[in-house]
Amino acid sequence: MIRFEGVHKYFGKLHVLNDVNLHVKKGEVVVVCGPSGSGKSTLIRTINQLEPIDEGKLIVDGMDLSDPKVNINKLRAEVGFVFQQFNLYPHLTALKNITLAPIKIRGTPKKEAEEQAIALLERVDLAEKKDVHPSQLSGGQQQRVAIARALAMKPKIMLFDEPTSALDPEMIGEVLMVMKDLAESGMTMVVVTHEMGFAREVSHRVSFIDFGSILEEAEPAEFFMNPKHERLRQFLKQVLSPMH
Amino acid sequence: MLKYKFDWAVVLSGTYYDWLVSGVKVTIQLSVVSIALAFLLGLTIAVMRMSKLRPVRWFAHGYLEFFRNTPLLVQIFFWYFGSYKILPTAVNDWLVSTNFEFASAVIALTIYTSAFIAEDIRSGVLSIPKEQMEASRSSGFSYIRSMQFIILPQAVRITIPPLINQFLNVVKNSSLAMTIGVAELTYQARQVESYTFKGFEAFTAATVVYLAMSIIITIAVTWYSKTILSPLKAR
Repeated sequence: MIRFEGVHKYFGKLHVLNDVNLHVKKGEVVVVCGPSGSGKSTLIRTINQLEPIDEGKLIVDGMDLSDPKVNINKLRAEVGFVFQQFNLYPHLTALKNITLAPIKIRGTPKKEAEEQAIALLERVDLAEKKDVHPSQLSGGQQQRVAIARALAMKPKIMLFDEPTSALDPEMIGEVLMVMKDLAESGMTMVVVTHEMGFAREVSHRVSFIDFGSILEEAEPAEFFMNPKHERLRQFLKQVLSPMH
Repeated sequence: MLKYKFDWAVVLSGTYYDWLVSGVKVTIQLSVVSIALAFLLGLTIAVMRMSKLRPVRWFAHGYLEFFRNTPLLVQIFFWYFGSYKILPTAVNDWLVSTNFEFASAVIALTIYTSAFIAEDIRSGVLSIPKEQMEASRSSGFSYIRSMQFIILPQAVRITIPPLINQFLNVVKNSSLAMTIGVAELTYQARQVESYTFKGFEAFTAATVVYLAMSIIITIAVTWYSKTILSPLKAR
């Protein structure tokens, strides 16, 4: 579904992605973690071309992103993206945030799009908030609406860029539960997160990235019980028991 | 002692009242048409001004600087006295057969005002967080459609107070159309003064009408933005 082959990316002189190779199969959930500034956000943003790559090959849903002729809007319609800061449209109600793209891009009739949106809001347990504007929702609620908005396009892939990092601690659980349900429904997912509980319980594979390179990649049990790379051992120690 | 005897009946009834009323109608037509066109043109120029294509951006920039840095009166004279000399005869005949004075005034007011509106809207767009564009592009919207559905609707909400200013300017600036013979309110007030020497009454009436129109616009746009347009509160 997603295949990175020797991908490089530079911000000026800064080498943010250094020879990245990563393969995500259909239905797989892959967690990407690493220290801040390691390039993990850039990595996930290249998948829907919010950041273009400079070298190498990146194939998403059969489309080669290094080909200048690729229709980027068509690709993005198939890939849902969930942001750290939610980025809901503040001038639209929760319902309209969800129905806008299906109506305007997919050409779904309004009534049908609204029925689907209400079903999605029920799925994220927010049906009663359909006519509310984002400013009247809590962070956790906004993020759940944002997930529903991405799902409304019936994407083949869902990308999550630190979806719980901007949330108050008591709201993290509600968002992770929605993501867990989604993973169990067989969605292909790439998740950048520091939530190691989610990585351990839900993901099929965990990737550790530092200085723009993937240093280690393993199934969660192996990744947490038997980390090989010294930097990963340090990182896990800091993330799992920050006081020691 | 004030020797002048006020005669309000002159402007409140009879022929001269009818003149003033017809002037009010023309002023309203001129203002409404110019405001609507200037708003649409201003939106277009604002988007062009932010285009990634350099020639488009430069054209919009040149347009802005040209039309907001020359006097409106000169622009009105240009369209009225100058433009027909370079237009094909067929177009000219058609223009003369319609209301050429009115059309020239609308063109001048529209273009002049659109330059200011475009800058106001552009500053509104620049104040929208760039993540809004990212979110919209991520859903598969093109740049232009993101502007249409996500960015401009938010930018216009932010821009309402300066937009009201521009709309009021159109109403007040429309009085310049009298110089090319558009029989709008100021023109008619001047006529009444010429026929009756009741200049105080005539221009007081005009003043009151302009003031009323401005207040109505302010209230209407504010009401519209507060109730019909949904709120845009900060998170």
